[in-house]
Amino acid sequence: MTDQAPASTTAAVKLSCRNLWKVYGPRPEYYFDTLGYAIDVPDLAERIRREAHVPAAIDVSFDVHVGETFVIMGLSGSGKSTVARCLSRLVDASHGEVMLDGEDLLAMSPKALIDVRRHKMGMVFQNFGLMPHLTVIENIAFPLKLQGIPLAERRQKADRVIELVGLEGREDAFPGHLSGGQQQRVGIARSLVVEPDVWFLDEPFSALDPLIRKQMQDEFLRIQRVLRKSIVFITHDFLEALRIADRMAIMRDGKVVQIGTPTELILNPADDYVARFTSDVPRIRLLKAAACAVPAQGDLSALPAVSADEMAEDLIAQLAKNPDGLAARDGAGAVLGKITPASLITALAALGSEADIVTS
Amino acid sequence: MSQVDADSARPSTLPVARRWLGWPQVIFLVLLCVLAQGSVDWLQEYPGALQLPVAAWFNAVMDWFVENFRPFFRAITLLFTYPMTWIRDLLQWLPWSATVLVIAGVAYKVRGPGLAAFTTLSFVYVLVVGLWAPAMNSLALVFISVPLAVLVGFGLGVWGFVSPRAERVLMPLLDVAQTVPAFAYLLPILLLFGFGPVVGLVASVLFAFPPMVRNTILGLRDVPSDIIESGQMSGATRCQMFWQVRFPAALRQILIGVNQTTMASLSMVIIASIIGGTADIGWEVLSTMRKAEFGASLVAGIVIALLAMVLDRLTAGLAETGDRGVEHRSYATRYGFCIALAAATIAVIVLRPVLPVLGSWPAGWHVDLASPLNSAIESFILTFKPALETIKNSVVFFAMLPFKIGLDKAVSPFTWGFALQPWHTVVYSMSVLTGATLALRAGRRAMAVWTVLVGIVLYIGIADMPWLAVVAILVFFGWRMGGTRLAISTALALAFLLVTGSWDKAMLSIHLATMAVLASFLIGTTLGIVASQRDTFSRFMRPINDTLQTMPPFVLLIPTVMLFKIGDFSALLAIISYAYVPAFRYTEHGLRHVPAEAVEAATSLGATPRQLLFQVRLPLALPNIMLGLNQTIMYGIAMLVIAALVGTRDLGQEVYIGLSAGNFGQGFVAGIGMAIIAITADRFCLAWQRNHASKIAKGTS
Repeated sequence: MTDQAPASTTAAVKLSCRNLWKVYGPRPEYYFDTLGYAIDVPDLAERIRREAHVPAAIDVSFDVHVGETFVIMGLSGSGKSTVARCLSRLVDASHGEVMLDGEDLLAMSPKALIDVRRHKMGMVFQNFGLMPHLTVIENIAFPLKLQGIPLAERRQKADRVIELVGLEGREDAFPGHLSGGQQQRVGIARSLVVEPDVWFLDEPFSALDPLIRKQMQDEFLRIQRVLRKSIVFITHDFLEALRIADRMAIMRDGKVVQIGTPTELILNPADDYVARFTSDVPRIRLLKAAACAVPAQGDLSALPAVSADEMAEDLIAQLAKNPDGLAARDGAGAVLGKITPASLITALAALGSEADIVTS
Repeated sequence: MSQVDADSARPSTLPVARRWLGWPQVIFLVLLCVLAQGSVDWLQEYPGALQLPVAAWFNAVMDWFVENFRPFFRAITLLFTYPMTWIRDLLQWLPWSATVLVIAGVAYKVRGPGLAAFTTLSFVYVLVVGLWAPAMNSLALVFISVPLAVLVGFGLGVWGFVSPRAERVLMPLLDVAQTVPAFAYLLPILLLFGFGPVVGLVASVLFAFPPMVRNTILGLRDVPSDIIESGQMSGATRCQMFWQVRFPAALRQILIGVNQTTMASLSMVIIASIIGGTADIGWEVLSTMRKAEFGASLVAGIVIALLAMVLDRLTAGLAETGDRGVEHRSYATRYGFCIALAAATIAVIVLRPVLPVLGSWPAGWHVDLASPLNSAIESFILTFKPALETIKNSVVFFAMLPFKIGLDKAVSPFTWGFALQPWHTVVYSMSVLTGATLALRAGRRAMAVWTVLVGIVLYIGIADMPWLAVVAILVFFGWRMGGTRLAISTALALAFLLVTGSWDKAMLSIHLATMAVLASFLIGTTLGIVASQRDTFSRFMRPINDTLQTMPPFVLLIPTVMLFKIGDFSALLAIISYAYVPAFRYTEHGLRHVPAEAVEAATSLGATPRQLLFQVRLPLALPNIMLGLNQTIMYGIAMLVIAALVGTRDLGQEVYIGLSAGNFGQGFVAGIGMAIIAITADRFCLAWQRNHASKIAKGTS
């Protein structure tokens, strides 16, 4: 399992975990008091299972870089939520280390931990975790209230994030009166109100209807484009992972099976298990606008502009309306090239051959 | 017992066919005891030499305790007397209009105009019948005991939540506090705290705090993990975690606890008035009932029922709004209502000298309901006397007496119209045996065993059964149901009854309780089945059930005594009217909440409504129905003690006598006896439920 850092994530490491284990059972600490010994991973996992303990996370290591969306994907029982809880120390890991900005989270005192949670971390929960007795605005301002920030300032900060998630006008409703999608917007706003560096999202959209889920994913991508947080996103939905991940880890039975960008995973699945997820994915899902652009002479300013990050899939409709082509621009607005129907098809055809891995 | 147990292995290791193998031996032993009873003295009567003066020991301990600690408790009495007198005096001094205004205002705030109107009308009734002063005295006790019980209960609940060890200690103590009849600890409280209203206060706090503890623990524990985790991730400290996350999220359950505590407190305040001297509404009922002024006691009883309903709706409303969280208002509108209410109240108090009507209810507005009610009741009883007598006599002669003293003594020319001839006995035994044989042929061993046992008990009578036979049956049954543990605890329970010399009275209690529980269960489940099928009937019964459950059970005695005089039959009726409700509710709930797929599957297979009920719904609802039986037993035994007030002769009466004669030991031993019966019955129910659940889990029948 090599942690291949793609070109786009050369940024500094924000959060990293090394050799993380979580074992449930009567005596989990018993397995990790072998100071100085090298742990033989498959052997130890086997022994733990044999002795009626449950290894929920087995030797998990990865880095999350600044501004990166890192998705942990796995089916239920694969240990993905356990890993997320170890990273935020909602659950104490049995072994290993978690470093946030170079500080060891597992060694932190309860007081220091509370401080980190108040200022550096935000978390969104599958079932929202809203306080039923507080209104929307009070829920969002709750973390600030715990910090003892005065009411006026709380209100002001909460107003800012409420706008970000599009809940203006519902400030005084109680969570019980909101739809699931709206409740999760409150959850998102609450997790962002302290302006955290690291944003954990634990299956945030799994409890929602498919249509709402799609809409919330779009919202999430929009927010992330604005805020550029360092994100750990947990999901069991492979397509959701593809849509939003910069890089992703696939977990099975407590172990990380593969880490890589979505494209890498699809083109080079590490084993049959990963391949079973990837085989059904239409290749066009992997193609971004930047990869379809070809260098073009002349002035492209007459052509409609699209972001280089946009998925090729979404360009088809625009291309149909503008057969002359589109101008792909990067984040700074510089023109990267021209996209025509022909260049898109060429890029798509090239995607199948392994020699020409397209990364964006 | 040893020869019975010797040849049978543990039930869990027995193959199904051998499961009932021990019963023939037990039945043989029982028959032996019954036949030898006449000639062997120690079989008929548990030998006095083997009894222990437990009651005297309790008295000695209590005397020593009172001797040494009385000053301490008297100090507490003094401590409580002041706030109590203040509240009493305050409620008496406040003009009625101010009191009604405040309580109706709170009712409006909590539940809206409906409850406000109901509250106002209830209090106007209290004024019209002229029972304002005693009603306010009772309310004063409730107002001071509820906050105390809530504080104590909440504190212990938090403690039990934080420390699992504390919970393990608390839970059995709560069970005891709720099953030992309240009369049993009224006397020690009286001895320690001295005569006066403080006794009612202490008793009511002791009786009312357990539901608060249970609900607090339940609520705090059941907060969803998502909410806890989101609190942690928001960076809550331990203290913030509790007060800003866990407590508000658990508030609804905790307020349900407040509701239950309030009702228990009121009920105890009413019961505690039998020690007298409190001039409250319970005393009003009791004293008029003793003088057979049923009109007056009915009038006062209605006051209690109305107070109970108002308090129940008020506190239940609190729990609901705590969750619903109405619409969010600004602080001005939030407190505007309270300010307006306070202003109106002060205005009323200030206007009192100008408008005396506001202060004292004019004498001309009193209505004497008691005398017309009295004459109405009298004429009703006179008219229907033959009918009432017939109902009473047929139940007593054909059901209660045979079970109590056996067919051999119950059948006489006076009761059944003929004397028992030897050939009657022969026919009876033959039919019991035939029934048992038929059941055996059909492969239903359990039914055969029960036929024989019930046959024997009905012939001999539960009160005349040799004690050894009863012990053998119950211990063996316990062993079958719950293994060695249940057998041992049953044996210990029965040993306590034997050794303390409470056996005879206990058998009378078991007799009355069994009759009442059987009748309540039968009535409750039948009505529950009907209610689950017919929505209109369900809607019709709901307010009746609610009323019967919220009223202090004491009030239920009034109509039964009025119609059927003092005695076992009145007690039976009072118990049934209290104890059928849980059976009803659990049955209806169970039947209505059968998994929809099962019902749909059966319907699509072509089941008729009848088949659907008897072959799908009832079997699936059985665990729920048994839970109802369990509750019915608990309610029945609780009511048994209160029914002692209308002249039963069982342990309940013993508890009551102990209290009125100032004999702590006697009352306490009888009280523990009743608690033991209740707890043992509960254990048997639980064992049945476990067996049933594991049977389904294992897939054997």
